[in-house]
Amino acid sequence: MKNLIKTLIPVVAILTVVTFVILVMGDNPFNVFQSIIWGAFGSATSIGYTLFYSTPLVFTGLSVVVALRAGLFNIGAEGQLYIGSLSLVAYALMFKDQAGAVAILGAVVAALLGGALWGSLVGLLKAFRGSHEVVVSIMLNFVSYALCGYFILNQFKNPFSQNPETSEVEAAFRISNWEAIFPHAPVNNAALLAVFCVGLVWWLLYRSQWGFDVRFVGESPEAARRAGLPVRMRLLQVMAVSGALAGLVGVNEILGFSHKMKDQFSPGYGFMGIAVALLARGEPLRVIPAALLFGMLQKGSLDLEIDSQKMTRDLAYVIQGVVMIAVAAQPYLSKKLEKRWELWTRN
Amino acid sequence: MGIMDTQLSSVTEWLASGVRMAIPLLFAAYGGLLTERSGIANIALEAYLLMSSYTAAAVMAITHNLYLAISAGMLAAVLTAGIFGFLTVKVKADQIVAGMAVNILVMGILPVTSNALFSVSGQTPTLSLNERIEQTWPFVAIGILLIFVTHWMFAKTRLGLRIWAAGENPDALAAQGVLPKSVRWKAVLLGGLVTSIGGIYLSIGAGSGYTRNMSAGRGYIALAALIFGKWKPIPTAIGCLLFGLADALQMILQSVSIFADGSPLPTQFVQMIPYVLTILVLAGFVGKVSAPKSLNTP
Repeated sequence: MKNLIKTLIPVVAILTVVTFVILVMGDNPFNVFQSIIWGAFGSATSIGYTLFYSTPLVFTGLSVVVALRAGLFNIGAEGQLYIGSLSLVAYALMFKDQAGAVAILGAVVAALLGGALWGSLVGLLKAFRGSHEVVVSIMLNFVSYALCGYFILNQFKNPFSQNPETSEVEAAFRISNWEAIFPHAPVNNAALLAVFCVGLVWWLLYRSQWGFDVRFVGESPEAARRAGLPVRMRLLQVMAVSGALAGLVGVNEILGFSHKMKDQFSPGYGFMGIAVALLARGEPLRVIPAALLFGMLQKGSLDLEIDSQKMTRDLAYVIQGVVMIAVAAQPYLSKKLEKRWELWTRN
Repeated sequence: MGIMDTQLSSVTEWLASGVRMAIPLLFAAYGGLLTERSGIANIALEAYLLMSSYTAAAVMAITHNLYLAISAGMLAAVLTAGIFGFLTVKVKADQIVAGMAVNILVMGILPVTSNALFSVSGQTPTLSLNERIEQTWPFVAIGILLIFVTHWMFAKTRLGLRIWAAGENPDALAAQGVLPKSVRWKAVLLGGLVTSIGGIYLSIGAGSGYTRNMSAGRGYIALAALIFGKWKPIPTAIGCLLFGLADALQMILQSVSIFADGSPLPTQFVQMIPYVLTILVLAGFVGKVSAPKSLNTP
């Protein structure tokens, strides 16, 4: 009963608030929900799109989960995914001649390193200078937008395109999509990488000494310090891992789909990762269903913009905010509900 | 003589523009000061700024009434603070999660409503000159007044001392028969009200309407100014002025030639200046020592 309430509260909150918003905006909630569901699961192609949008959310969701377990709130995944993607595209465009597994492996490592660098900046300042990690992360997000803008427009600009985007990467750097099952959809092998990462993070957190340390630091940094754990190093490492996971978004977007880096390509995957991680309550395995839910909303709300005159895709942000509020208020709400339930069953 | 004159005038220009850029920071930082002094870590300042600047511009565009626009802007920020207060004071949720939840919610609400009202996503119609508060001095005057009133409030008034106590030692306050909860509620709502003036300045003072993501991280920079000022009124105001000057420098540098061929620095690097400076300041000042003792503990 308790677990059911815990899971249902955010879902009921989403439905209630979104229905309310849609009614206030003068649209028919039934039509809007129908177009979200139809857009997400209506055909093999739509399912392929839903999976494509869920993949980056698994990466950013895991990124936030890892940090969360060490007691850190990583709201810099957005910047980390941009720097990861930038290093990936820089590697692919500078070492054009590589072939086979080396090409793709090198690009993936570049994305991991770029994200890890950006994440460890936050970890370094937090662990060794006690800086406010939220403010530092947000500032680094802004710096990353500017850096990517500079490199995309000045260093790697596609001379044949009017849009702010880099040249395309060579064929050796493209990973195959699942055209045979999901025709015309961009879902690709990065989805397998995402599932692998879920397992890896689960193993790291629950089966390795490092993960034990991290969870200990997250539960009680003071006790961990007294027990002789290198708390600061663990915080730094956690942020590096967290950033590296976010950096992998570039694999899905660039190697698997667009084959170039577009300026501002992310519709806020880093921020959605926060809602995904909170909905998953910090458990790596629950990241997959949470990411699928938000991937579905992302796909559905993109269609919404076309179908409905009054709604925009920004509705996805409203939904994320509501989920986060519901999760934050959940202990309070379930206590209230349980009391009600008790009174009601007694009578 | 001529060169001296232009140099002097460009310095005064920089200072004047620095003060203008400091205005939204000051109101947001003081909103943060009031909230955080009561023991509530507040990263929702960005949401207050966005909400008040959007609402003021939207009401102005619809009603063309300045007083209605200002009151609506204030009310919107106070309501946003109400959601934040419900989560942090009433529910005792994690304060950082609560703050981020409110920020993300507002990021969605603004474009959705603007699309419904004006059929553009995340913008209000451009306001004409007579629909804006053209002069900067009323904001500067209110800002200076706010500095002194806040300083006096924390030093002398009962509410100020209670807010301070709620952040330092809520149990002692409760022992005196004052509920820390009710003090924190007042501090949170007052924080929203104060921050709203900065938001209103952004959209109908300095700007001519609301544009997407208008505050551009100023809510977070204000928080950095607060940490720089060690949660004290006067040093916090100095911090805001510093960040304002950096922002103004950034705007000047965009048009100044740096390289031999007369080209300026790449815009992207110039735009980074305020953000990089904020990180450097946070790296240089260990804030924990002087933060309110019960900050971020529900």
